[in-house]
Amino acid sequence: MNITSAQYNAQSGTNLSINATIDGIEMSVPLDPANRHYAEIMRQVEAGTLTIADAD
Amino acid sequence: MSKAAELAALIGSQTALSNRNLIINGAMQVAQRGTSFTSQTGVAYHIDRFETQAYNVGTGVYKVEQSTEAPDGFYNSLKYSCTTADTSQDANNQFYIQQQIEAQNIYQLKFYEANPDSVTISFYVRSNTTGSYGMSLKLSDNNSSDSSTDTRIYPTTFTISSADTWEKITKTITLDSSTSETRPTGNNMGMALLIWLAAGSSRQAATADAWADNGNTATTVDADDFLGSTSNNFHLTGVQLEVGETATPFEHRSFGDELARCDRYFQSYDLSGSYVGLCAAQCASSTESLAAMTFRTPMRASPSMSFNNLILTDRIGYDSDVSQCAVQGSSSGGVSWRSVHASNSGSAHDAQHITSKNNTTDAYARFDAEL
Repeated sequence: MNITSAQYNAQSGTNLSINATIDGIEMSVPLDPANRHYAEIMRQVEAGTLTIADAD
Repeated sequence: MSKAAELAALIGSQTALSNRNLIINGAMQVAQRGTSFTSQTGVAYHIDRFETQAYNVGTGVYKVEQSTEAPDGFYNSLKYSCTTADTSQDANNQFYIQQQIEAQNIYQLKFYEANPDSVTISFYVRSNTTGSYGMSLKLSDNNSSDSSTDTRIYPTTFTISSADTWEKITKTITLDSSTSETRPTGNNMGMALLIWLAAGSSRQAATADAWADNGNTATTVDADDFLGSTSNNFHLTGVQLEVGETATPFEHRSFGDELARCDRYFQSYDLSGSYVGLCAAQCASSTESLAAMTFRTPMRASPSMSFNNLILTDRIGYDSDVSQCAVQGSSSGGVSWRSVHASNSGSAHDAQHITSKNNTTDAYARFDAEL
């Protein structure tokens, strides 16, 4: 999975999802460990190869 | 044997006369993501539920299609073709077709205990290249993922005897009797079927016909180097995995039944008619709106959302392109999201609109909860 960008989407200071570009497609990814995109994002964050930007 | 006796014998030998096939979309009928995928070089889902796992392909490029080349009794097949060759195969090249099966869909199977069940895999293949190919069955250990080294794997082989000819392959596998593993549960991966099209020299180390910890390898018999020549093609259909030691005839399902099964993992809402609506939306500001919808089938997990060419419209004179959708709340049953769109005097706070396609370009919203 090629993830080229990731940024939290938040409301009132609470992160609700991650907007990410995955394999060239813009996706909104829920914070669900059973979601394969979220699992891969967190795996890459843990590996130090991806950083999730804070919400605007 | 009389027909009645044959039927009685068949009934007696089977655990189920319907819902036998644990594979979804085995006849390659459902293709929500599209029917032709060019310039492929990596891992992706194409035809519903079937994932291509391609690694270290070098300069190799492949194409995937929902083909109408099919054996008698079928209309579609999953077709792979090599469009750019990689003539120097990487030692770690892996190229296989995979379907992962949810753990709670295999609760009826006995494994990780003495005297485990057997399952029988059958499918139809057609290729220009004859010879031995690899196939594998995986079982999750305590909800390990398909790529985890904790996952158990049974590598084996099958043979294509005649070029460009449909052949039916049948293989019976006794499930893992190791008692040191833990059964997978819930909506996690439970089992996976892999059909190998290529394995580099470092990916052929597995011992055939024995359960072992997953090493992401095929068998000692080399699978063909699929990306080695632009002459190569491979068709697959009629994939069935069932309990027992007998390959029964392929269990055909209606398109609607198969689509509903696929919908648990991926849903595409294709809006191809002029101003076909997806759902209602309410403006939260001049540039943002909130929308929500319920899925037509409950999904395996909270899905990721993507979209193309959506607009907000009031059908009076206001159309505004949606530039971003950000999930606000999500479950297996439904989703709400915040749309970002161009400012317009019609998009005042609390204004009611519909999320739709415009009158010229096809649009979609897609939800992905695949394993």
